[in-house]
Amino acid sequence: MIIDEPRVQHPAAATDVLLGVDNLVKRYADNTAVDGVSFQVRAGTCFGLLGPNGAGKTTTIEIMEGILAPTSGVVRYRGAPLGERFRAEAGILFQKTALQDFLTVRQTLNLFRGLYDHGLPVAEVVRLCALEKLLARDNKKLSGGQLQRLLLGVALVNDPAILFLDEPTTGLDPQARRMFWDLVQSIKAQHKTILLTTHYMEEAQLLCDEIVIMDHGRIIAQGPPQSLLRQHFKAVLLELPSEDWSAQARALGMGFFEAAGRVELTTNDLEGTLRTLMQAGVSLAHLTIRPPNLEDLFLELTGKDLRS
Amino acid sequence: MSVFTRLRRGSRRLGAVWHARNLEFVRDRTSLIFTLGMPVAIVIAMALIFGGPPRPLLKVGYLGTLPTPSSAYPFLLERYIQFVPESQQASGIHYVSRNDLALLLDLRQRPVRYWAIEDSPTGYVAEKLLLQADPTARRLPMGGTVSRYIDWLFPGVLGMNMMFTCLMGAGYVVVRYRKNGFLKRLSATPVSAFEFLSAQVLSRLGLALLITVILYVGIGAVIHFHNVGSTALLLLIAVLGSLSLIAFGLIVAARFASEEVVGGLLNLLTWPMMLLSGIWFSLEGSPRWMQWLAQLFPLTHILQAARAVTLDGAGFTGIGVDLAYLAGTTLVFLGMGAFSFRWRPE
Repeated sequence: MIIDEPRVQHPAAATDVLLGVDNLVKRYADNTAVDGVSFQVRAGTCFGLLGPNGAGKTTTIEIMEGILAPTSGVVRYRGAPLGERFRAEAGILFQKTALQDFLTVRQTLNLFRGLYDHGLPVAEVVRLCALEKLLARDNKKLSGGQLQRLLLGVALVNDPAILFLDEPTTGLDPQARRMFWDLVQSIKAQHKTILLTTHYMEEAQLLCDEIVIMDHGRIIAQGPPQSLLRQHFKAVLLELPSEDWSAQARALGMGFFEAAGRVELTTNDLEGTLRTLMQAGVSLAHLTIRPPNLEDLFLELTGKDLRS
Repeated sequence: MSVFTRLRRGSRRLGAVWHARNLEFVRDRTSLIFTLGMPVAIVIAMALIFGGPPRPLLKVGYLGTLPTPSSAYPFLLERYIQFVPESQQASGIHYVSRNDLALLLDLRQRPVRYWAIEDSPTGYVAEKLLLQADPTARRLPMGGTVSRYIDWLFPGVLGMNMMFTCLMGAGYVVVRYRKNGFLKRLSATPVSAFEFLSAQVLSRLGLALLITVILYVGIGAVIHFHNVGSTALLLLIAVLGSLSLIAFGLIVAARFASEEVVGGLLNLLTWPMMLLSGIWFSLEGSPRWMQWLAQLFPLTHILQAARAVTLDGAGFTGIGVDLAYLAGTTLVFLGMGAFSFRWRPE
């Protein structure tokens, strides 16, 4: 029986844990992809899993989605191991998803809507994902951004209590990415719980209420983005082109980080630092002063770039 | 650019693609094993079925006991004729009427009596040879309905087509879905493996039935095929037979993500069925093990039931065992397929 109605959901308090991950481990023959990961996702929040390629984000999220079996550890949805209820109430957008060939957008949405007992009317999903003009178009003829909107629609047809988005904007152009972010924010506004993996810091900062940063299969930091930044940075960040960083400046003994032709340093005493740099003959013509972001946090924690 | 340069560059590009494809093929071990294993399996199967002395061209049934030595009745010395003992006169005549036997000899009395279909090519040749060896042999009327060889063959042709449509179609689709990740997406929904496979079976069933009906009507009209029995029963056999064959194919496709592996496995299944299910020739008089093995294949039961209906006018109870086998194997195959099913490539 298909009921074209949103599932009856009891409003959850912000502190309610919807999904819990306890000491998750996933080992393969030649490596350990996830190594003792534990965290909890509270209802109504957007939870971000951040990390570079190969950090274990996708493996972690696929175990949480029930697609992959862990070597050890447990995932609990509403306090119980993953089961039929989770399958009925979860919406998933995989990093790579294929749809059935030769179906239009409307037919694809109808197909997935038919797999659930409860959910949203297809027309509502179409409106939410701005698919009105694409309904008669073949799946294969959609652009990257249009396809991601359709896949988001597919993930929403069952009016999910929790929505998994695994690197949803990877490969999209900036305009399509911003449009997708708007869609996710409108879903967030409905107090849906979202679990997002990404390596775009802007995306995480814009959308996530809480983040976990992973590297080599382990969690290296966890908390609300702003709180993590406050916790790790008491200062502002200065950026200069490497060619402007004079030999005298290098000899000053100031802590700095150099990568990709740029020098970065943090300071609590902006005026004093600027004065010292000018005295060392450093040109400040191309100086950038900005607050630290999550990418800087990752650099601080691991010593490497997030997209490396 | 000269023609020679164009050819040289074209050859280099062709060579690069050829080399990469060969590497892909050789490194896909499972596919390699099945592809190379297939000819070996065919050689073994052909050796088992057709090995030994040359295969007889005619099968002649006999009632009574063969005289010893065989020279006491010179017809028995004819080469390339297989003499098959028949215990009952009625069943022997029945086999002749269905073209399973070229001729039935009654050796219990002299002069020898025999039954043969005059219009049957094999019956005609066997009769000529018999009368040459024993001019006193006396032909008795067949009685009842006599069918032509083409009437016997026609259900076999339909069954063979059904086998290819069912086995190949559904299997490859599932492999493609697994390979491109569509199955992975479905695995995140409440749909179960059994439901998914059943949907594939039902979808393919429609196509298989449509093709079978078109062939039945089209070829039937050309060869003036006359179905002695019920067309509704034939349709029921087609439905249950298709279901069983599609489900059979889905077992093969339950795990793999390589079309080549699945192609090899499906070939391994279709060849024995082609040879042993009675599409082209009857297994009457074949070794016991071969007949036993043939009974395992769904296609054998499809053809047995179809010929019983079209040639003998059998009713529902007459083909009940075959129908039950087809229905049972459908459920068993679907269960096995669902049990071993993998949503993602291993």
